[in-house]
Amino acid sequence: MAEHASHVPGLAHHFVNMEQQREAGTIGMWIFLLTELMFFGGLFLAYAIFRVTYPDGFLQGSHLLSVPLGGLNTVVLIVSSLTMALAVYYSQMGEKKKVVGFLVLTLLLGLVFLVVKYFEYKEKFEHHLFPAMGFYAPDPSHLAVQYHQQVRVFLWIYFAMTGLHALHMIIGAGILLTLIIMAHKGKFTREYNSPVEISGLYWHFVDIVWIFLFPLLYLTGFHVGGGH
Amino acid sequence: MAEHTEHHIVPIKVYIAVFLALMVFTAITVAVASFPLENIWGPLNIIVALTVAVIKATLVILYFMHVRYSSRLTQVIIVAGIFWLLVLLLFTLADYASRSGWPTPLAQ
Repeated sequence: MAEHASHVPGLAHHFVNMEQQREAGTIGMWIFLLTELMFFGGLFLAYAIFRVTYPDGFLQGSHLLSVPLGGLNTVVLIVSSLTMALAVYYSQMGEKKKVVGFLVLTLLLGLVFLVVKYFEYKEKFEHHLFPAMGFYAPDPSHLAVQYHQQVRVFLWIYFAMTGLHALHMIIGAGILLTLIIMAHKGKFTREYNSPVEISGLYWHFVDIVWIFLFPLLYLTGFHVGGGH
Repeated sequence: MAEHTEHHIVPIKVYIAVFLALMVFTAITVAVASFPLENIWGPLNIIVALTVAVIKATLVILYFMHVRYSSRLTQVIIVAGIFWLLVLLLFTLADYASRSGWPTPLAQ
């Protein structure tokens, strides 16, 4: 029983066959992603409660965000999900050069997302919209002054949710870099490519989080006049 | 289990089709958000936004993440996880909604 496993390259000795090993890896990754779902879920719950509590503040706050930049990042992430899926596809076909190529493309798109996010954050700090130190003072002459603290709650939610998401993007970039090195060294074959496949699940999960963040944060106040 | 040894490989044209659908739904959600739908019915904006987001997420999960082709065990685990997320969201919101004095105004 024990020796048959050693003849299959890439098969760990405690699995019966490659199919069982692949399935165990997939389920393990999904259980991790479901804990992540609950992790982000707490923030989505906070969003829902505060949005119902302060509907006007959320409209005004959402209007402060740039829909073109948020939309650009949405497109960047969807394209990066496609390139990641293609990297997984070519790893299953055993085409090493294309695996490396699509992983590099995915990493570059992830970095584009983070650069755009950096400029968005920078603009918020410059306009005193970071909800902690240096947050703008309410202007009593302005109609929106009554929403000042509500907008602040929205911006806390915005920074917490996009910040946690950006942290996952940074970790994802590290994972991609590791995969690129492993793929370049020829660690993956038609038979053994679970690391690419499982990292793909993580990358797509982070994309899904953004699919919800974009309408909830950026588009909520898209159609209303600005309050500032 | 025993007969299912060949791993399913999703053809490229499926990936491209899903990608195009995701782009179209993104365009739809941005276009719809530019109209004041709450003039028709208060929660219409958020309903449309969340419906489109759920469709996009489902496409990513089923095809990019291969869940449509995964084992039944994997699928059951994922559905169970999403069920618990809904418990977290809906039960907490039901608790808030059933209390008097919510929503409360924030002290200025």
